[in-house]
Amino acid sequence: MLTLDGVVLRQGDFSLVADFTVEAGARVAVIGPSGAGKSTLLSLIAGFLQPDAGRVIWQGRDITTTVPGARPVAMLFQDNNLFPHLTVAENVGLGIRPDLRLSQEQRGRVEDALARVGLAGYGARKPAALSGGQQSRAALARVLVQDRPLVLLDEPFAALGPALKAEMLDLVEAVLDETGAGLLMVSHDPADARRIASETILVAEGRAEGPVATSDLLDNPPPVLRAYLG
Amino acid sequence: MLRRTVPLAAVVIFALCISSFTVALTLGGGPGATTVELAIYEAFHFEFDLGRAALLASVQIVLVGMAALLAMRTSVAEGFGAGMDRVVMRWDCGGLGKVSLDFVSIAGACLFLLVPIGMVVVDGAAGLVKMPVQVWQAGFVSLCVSLASTGIMLGLALPIALAAAAWRGFEAVGLLGIAASPLVIGVGLFIVVFPIADPFALALPITALVNAVMALPFALRILVGPVRDVVEGYGRLSGTLGIEGWVWMRLILLPRLKGPLGFAAGLAAALSMGDLGVIALFADPETATLPLQMYRLMGSYQMEAAAGAAVLLLVSSFGLFWVFDRGGRSHVDA
Repeated sequence: MLTLDGVVLRQGDFSLVADFTVEAGARVAVIGPSGAGKSTLLSLIAGFLQPDAGRVIWQGRDITTTVPGARPVAMLFQDNNLFPHLTVAENVGLGIRPDLRLSQEQRGRVEDALARVGLAGYGARKPAALSGGQQSRAALARVLVQDRPLVLLDEPFAALGPALKAEMLDLVEAVLDETGAGLLMVSHDPADARRIASETILVAEGRAEGPVATSDLLDNPPPVLRAYLG
Repeated sequence: MLRRTVPLAAVVIFALCISSFTVALTLGGGPGATTVELAIYEAFHFEFDLGRAALLASVQIVLVGMAALLAMRTSVAEGFGAGMDRVVMRWDCGGLGKVSLDFVSIAGACLFLLVPIGMVVVDGAAGLVKMPVQVWQAGFVSLCVSLASTGIMLGLALPIALAAAAWRGFEAVGLLGIAASPLVIGVGLFIVVFPIADPFALALPITALVNAVMALPFALRILVGPVRDVVEGYGRLSGTLGIEGWVWMRLILLPRLKGPLGFAAGLAAALSMGDLGVIALFADPETATLPLQMYRLMGSYQMEAAAGAAVLLLVSSFGLFWVFDRGGRSHVDA
């Protein structure tokens, strides 16, 4: 269970307030107008930003000041999800040990994860030799081996075409089914939210609202969301 | 854009000019043709007047410092660390007149460099066989000093570049090395070392250290942008994967910086190889780097051997630069 307890973040004119709880294992979309603070919310949870007030709590433990690498999260970003100078297998291996000193058994886990996302035999390649969809698959293989209880997606598939994006979301669901992890996913597309997330957090006008059922929110959107959805 | 960069570039050039020493020294010097830098050398070397040398060193720092202050005032803030833009489209390259002006000035600069280099090669090829064995020894000494200096430079430049990636403007620390010229730092170190140890015995380590500091501003210019790119592009991914400290240096930073690191190391090695600064202050008659040995050969009118030494210097400087720069570009496959 993830709790944002009276969290306030200010950056110049911008401010974001968040005070809600997300159940463990829940799959939650984060939607809202551009610049409202969707990515900022994920950065707070991932540990890249410190709140000016309030606490971030995971399973009863205060992780407000915990460094990103020690938090219970695996995160994918809009871009730069793979290190271009490392092979695909090394990129995935970083999810098991950050210093890449992998045992034989751990190398086997990397191979299994690559096979699981449809990249068997691609381990020795560099990311530049993969297509955009394959790069996303490699990054998801790393999420799989990281095996963290919460997956944060900051629009990592935004650059992919619609069919490919749907394919990736299916793969995300499969990964979540396998690891039992929860999901917080920033999205611009209400269809994505309906597809994968039973609950949705609306970020607008300086507030991140608590998660509500996705279908209720999208069928009866409040004015600010209606203006955004058009 | 230019308003930002021109004043600072001017200060660097002014600082380099005011501390110019080698050419004035090799072409004679003397009371009628003295730079402040050369005056420091003369006060130190001929009269061993430490007080006068220190006074002159202070004059030097004040002069450069004033120029730097002036430039900071005229230059709009954020003067350092911009750049890393992609290929710039030039819409302003109007007409044949401008292009030919560019051509003439670039060709002139090339001529100014290539003619002396050509003369050295022509003259020196014959002199290579006439070089005394000391020249080869000096060449080896120079090589060791240059490699040590390169190592020290990298040890200084990487932490500064990392700090500059976080705080813009921190790169200016490296400019201290230019404001305080080699001889100023040399005199300072001499005064520090004199009471505790024999400075002449430390001539080579001090030379390596000072050369490293001299190369620092250039290395920082090369490294700060790419370091910032790595930090901004991959800092969060590294953070969320828990890649930190030395592991981050080894797995992420150094491999991603290979090209610029090779370039910076090559530049530092070549600069140190050809340097005739502190070593002229500190060396006793037995120790010499290659440029100093060359200067001594000229001093004793062994012109052919000196030209030979110049060829050796030229080849080793270019060679070092080439090896390092090349090393940084290997394994480019992505």
